[in-house]
Amino acid sequence: MEKFEKLTGIAAPMPLVNIDTDMIIPKIFLKSIARTGFGKNLFDEMRFNRDGTEIEDFVLNKPQYRSAEILVAGDNFGCGSSREHAPWAIADFGIKCVVSTSFADIFFNNCFKNGILPIVLPQEQVDLLMKDAEKGANARMTVDLESQEITTSDGEVVAFNVDAFKKHCLLEGLDDIGLTMEKKASVDAFEAQASQARPWV
Amino acid sequence: MSPKTLYDKIWDAHVAHVSDDGTTLLYIDRHLVHEVTSAQAFEGLRIAGRKVHAPDKTIAVPDHNVPTTQGREDPAQMTEESRIQVAALDTNAKEFGVHYYPVSDVRQGIVHIVGPEQGWTLPGMTVVCGDSHTATHGAFGALAHGIGTSEVEHVLATQTLIQQKSKNMKVEITGKLMPGVTAKDITLAVIGETGTGGGTGYVIEYTGEAIRDLSMEGRMTVCNMAIEGGARAGLIAPDQTTYDYVNGRPHAPKGAQWEAALNWWKTLFTDEGAHFDKVVTLKGEDIAPVVTWGTSPEDVLPITGFVPSPSDFTGGKVDAAARSIEYMGLTPGQKLTDIEIDTVFIGSCTNGRIEDFRAVAEVVKGKKIKDGMRAMIVPGSGLVRLQAEEEGLAKIFEDAGFEWRLAGCSMCLAMNPDQLSEGERCASTSNRNFEGRQGYKGRTHLVSPAMAAAAALTGRLTDIRDLI
Repeated sequence: MEKFEKLTGIAAPMPLVNIDTDMIIPKIFLKSIARTGFGKNLFDEMRFNRDGTEIEDFVLNKPQYRSAEILVAGDNFGCGSSREHAPWAIADFGIKCVVSTSFADIFFNNCFKNGILPIVLPQEQVDLLMKDAEKGANARMTVDLESQEITTSDGEVVAFNVDAFKKHCLLEGLDDIGLTMEKKASVDAFEAQASQARPWV
Repeated sequence: MSPKTLYDKIWDAHVAHVSDDGTTLLYIDRHLVHEVTSAQAFEGLRIAGRKVHAPDKTIAVPDHNVPTTQGREDPAQMTEESRIQVAALDTNAKEFGVHYYPVSDVRQGIVHIVGPEQGWTLPGMTVVCGDSHTATHGAFGALAHGIGTSEVEHVLATQTLIQQKSKNMKVEITGKLMPGVTAKDITLAVIGETGTGGGTGYVIEYTGEAIRDLSMEGRMTVCNMAIEGGARAGLIAPDQTTYDYVNGRPHAPKGAQWEAALNWWKTLFTDEGAHFDKVVTLKGEDIAPVVTWGTSPEDVLPITGFVPSPSDFTGGKVDAAARSIEYMGLTPGQKLTDIEIDTVFIGSCTNGRIEDFRAVAEVVKGKKIKDGMRAMIVPGSGLVRLQAEEEGLAKIFEDAGFEWRLAGCSMCLAMNPDQLSEGERCASTSNRNFEGRQGYKGRTHLVSPAMAAAAALTGRLTDIRDLI
């Protein structure tokens, strides 16, 4: 997995609440058996007309946000399905960090598996970052995972929390499966004990 | 020992390793797999030279892409991409040696219907699947939730999942339900109450007389939509209803093992005095047949209600409601029962079980659907289809003018040929009314099976209580 350490980039404002996984990547694009190539269909129905032309007023089609690397979003971002195609599409587009007051649980976990940092902040601070994002391409934010701080284009600093294990994995770009394999002895012991206790499983 | 919730007990019984920072490896008893979220995971195993750790605990079935019309063995019925995805599952299931129900098998169906039907899902288990509606299995008192593809690969390789424990939430439905009110109305009413983010960070345990009175089918409907309320999982403590459903199923324990299992299952309840971090209580008598008006499952109103105005809301919901009302082609103040419907979809992992179809048959028996209505009934599995045919339900549906389909996810998510066209408006027994969910620019109103049946007859959203 790609590491996430520190990122300075353009933040795109998407204040709509309840942006769901069908909006992020409509199901007709879930049929690939690869992990890559989903970025071109990110937010497809919000971003493109049926004939493939761009919908001008969609935020990521505006010239100042076309190369956004951060999203500042409304409440409950990523609700809906478990499709990892959603974070795959976000990462493939080039977005590495999403900020909101809340995320759907499965989407939140999926982000960390794909080098994306989802940050939960109180409404007031999301509002502050949303305002900063609305300034456009000249206003770049910095997200520093090590120090757990976002710095706005005006130099305001917003601290955020992140689970210590998830932070470690993102900073190092670690592979979960490899880490779990190191605990094989514990898992094997559990499995042996559980198959005695609950042999019907 | 301090009192524990049902969730605490299942969690504690599956902790395989705890790190210093509290990160837990949770052992997984059942891993259900379908074609959309597994191909990349199997490919990951192949690249790393890994095997499936417990193929005996892994069950695969194609459901999302498969057509539901007769003659679907003909590959021309699927798009090239769908064909490749289903073929990939076929290859992976065989190569890695997991249990598999191919399209040609009468037991094939929606993964969340097949699991319980075959007795793979049992009380006290941990169950995962690369699908958010895995919450369905919580009806058995199993800790069940959806995972992403990276986690699918992790479970395939290690039979564990890296987890942080969620908080405990209790949703109590007291008393009795009124006539015409079903499990679907309960679960939608709860989401209407808590919002789609209300359960985020929690595992919900549903309790109360109205929940205990539900059949297993009804309990599965309730737990299925726990995810729509944002919860990691929904749970209902097992009881005699659960044991009676499980007993005798192909993969349920038998003989002495059944007795041993039953003894353990009977310990799976929330202890008196156990702590819940959040409690929501609804009176069963207060729940009306409900319908969604917008594009979020929290946009729930009693069928007697009116389309709201954006100004009825606050914060970010004002813009979201305005967007929903425009997308849905509605007018604030419009009576919900005046909304005309052109399509009815009955099926899905929410409402594709035999009891759902009996409820529909009761409403449409001897009647005809409205002229011009497109109405389809899609069983959740091949075995549900057979049973409905044996009970004479299929005949009732066909006589009334419904299309009687083969098993699959169908129009719930429209990854297959069953889709809404632009502007079509559907009364649907599925679980999501998101923009484009049932087809590009399609409009979805979520309802119970009985309410969907009523809408098929009248051609508009209808209060089922007016027909009973």
